[in-house]
Amino acid sequence: MNDLKIIVTLAWRNLWRNHRRTLVMLSAIGIAAWAMIFMTSLIRGMVNEMLRDGIRSLPGHVQVHHSDFRDDPSVGNLVGMTSADIGTALADAGIERYSARIRVPAVISSERESRGVLLLGVDPEREVAIDAIGSSVAEGRTLESIDDNGVIIGRKLAKKLDTDIGKRIVLMSQDPDNEVADRGFRVVGLYEASLVAQEEAFVFAGRATIQRMLRIDDSVSEVAVVGEDYRVVAPLLTSVRAAIGGQDEVLPWMDIDRYLGTMMGVMDGFVLVWVIVIFLALSFGLVNTLVMAVFERVREIGLMLALGMRPASILGQIVVESLFLLALGLVIGNLFAYLSVIPLTDGIDISAVAEGMEMFGASSVLYPELELRDMTTANVVVLVLGLLASLSPAWRASRYEPVEAITKV
Amino acid sequence: MSAVRCIDLCKTYRQGDQDIKALDHVDMVITQGDLVCLSAPSGGGKTTLLNAIGGLDIPDSGEVWIADQRIDNLSKGALAALRLTQIGFVFQAYNLVPVLTARENVEFVMQVQGVPAGERGDKSQAILEEVGLAGLADRRPAEMSGGQQQRVAVARAIVSRPALVLADEPTANLDSRAADELMALFVELNEHRNTTFVIATHDQRVMAYAKRLIKMLDGRIVDDIEQHAA
Repeated sequence: MNDLKIIVTLAWRNLWRNHRRTLVMLSAIGIAAWAMIFMTSLIRGMVNEMLRDGIRSLPGHVQVHHSDFRDDPSVGNLVGMTSADIGTALADAGIERYSARIRVPAVISSERESRGVLLLGVDPEREVAIDAIGSSVAEGRTLESIDDNGVIIGRKLAKKLDTDIGKRIVLMSQDPDNEVADRGFRVVGLYEASLVAQEEAFVFAGRATIQRMLRIDDSVSEVAVVGEDYRVVAPLLTSVRAAIGGQDEVLPWMDIDRYLGTMMGVMDGFVLVWVIVIFLALSFGLVNTLVMAVFERVREIGLMLALGMRPASILGQIVVESLFLLALGLVIGNLFAYLSVIPLTDGIDISAVAEGMEMFGASSVLYPELELRDMTTANVVVLVLGLLASLSPAWRASRYEPVEAITKV
Repeated sequence: MSAVRCIDLCKTYRQGDQDIKALDHVDMVITQGDLVCLSAPSGGGKTTLLNAIGGLDIPDSGEVWIADQRIDNLSKGALAALRLTQIGFVFQAYNLVPVLTARENVEFVMQVQGVPAGERGDKSQAILEEVGLAGLADRRPAEMSGGQQQRVAVARAIVSRPALVLADEPTANLDSRAADELMALFVELNEHRNTTFVIATHDQRVMAYAKRLIKMLDGRIVDDIEQHAA
């Protein structure tokens, strides 16, 4: 293309013809890009924290259950392999971070109250290894082994049952023959979770103790496996299926906890909508700037057309001018976003509104996360839509009749 | 050999509820190497004729020939290519691109033509020397006088050595001294390069430089005079 150099030269110099207008527009694009990226990093940080907490607080990245367990989570639907065999198979597959659990519905009774709960018989060492909820004991002690005779309950549940550390409670469930299986335990620890509902729902006890109570030998009802990255679970899923899948159901966390799985998709959609909404506000300024720039140069454009420049080159000139404007604005916006987020990586204390945040699972400290894909989304949206927006004034400029444009007053 | 041939050209504009005949059956032949002035009072049709010759405006009927090529039936793209390669233009005002220097303005047409940078640089330097502006090559239009700007426009018009240069009121915004200098330049280029000049003007001083004076009135040629240039 013969005219490319002259198009680029003209576009760049025309950009600086009206310094003030260009600087205002650059500021607008810069602020918009900053707002897109900075706000996205805050929200991404919050949602990622919620996802990590949610995944940590029981599902793991991949879970194994009896194929009927999700419809009927009772003691009758146990995983086909014993916990010892599961340990061996996963170790052979090179998987170290897992927990084999009992997970059955039960009733917990204090001397004052009774409530329905989910009873989890866990291996405390394994739960700590996968950083699950049972390890986050706020008061008292954690479980010491699979034979521990104590239980850990949520602080909220303790309040509801009007019980406390050191007091006894009774857990009652059913064995595989539908006979009542119950046992007395002493409350040894209280845990806190980001979701109040979890504090009320889950009760942790030693796995072997619960296996004995339920008379299920070394069987378990759930295996939770944790990989490197909760967003990339496909390879882990394949490995777990190969190691211990058998007749059991092996599912990723997003299929087990639909709310959490949906949240990740919703977040991606939200980022896109947020970026587009900000861009739409910005586009009015951008189009107006370009329309004014074209309007001020009608005679000049007519001259170039009269001298033999092709209309496509005129269109290219305006589009390249817009590209310069957008690219410079984005550089400024990205730079400011980066400089804004970096000092905040230690977290922003939002405890003033923490109670409200906790209601939907967010912690009281917000950790902004600057993700490359969010920055890419913001930049691509601004560039692509910005160039599309500039096509209208550029097209108009290229359609001028030279003889009319030259004489335009 | 004819540089320009117009055969029975007609062009009518609609102004309000009136039809204005800008060109009314114009027949004209301009030979190669001529320096012609089209003279007419305002609205007489000289600019319309010039635009039709330059492929900037399409006549309603009739034919326009540049050398051996009929141009009134060409597409917009073909007309743009014709203007780029065969015709030089000098307009009344706003002749230069404000963000380009004198040298860049002169190189503009060559750049669009795809002339290599080295050749462009040599040619623009030579032509700026020829029009007496070598020292102002790096100035932008706003840093030059009206006369200097028109000289740059002339340099741009002739740098690619087109056979035909069309100038529409080139001295309209110049004082008499600058106008004389510009016309002297036209004469010199006409004589030394055998470039054909067609100049639309109603300035008597400009007409005095022409070898041939064509007078128009209400879109028609009313007089065609061979004259000895000043």
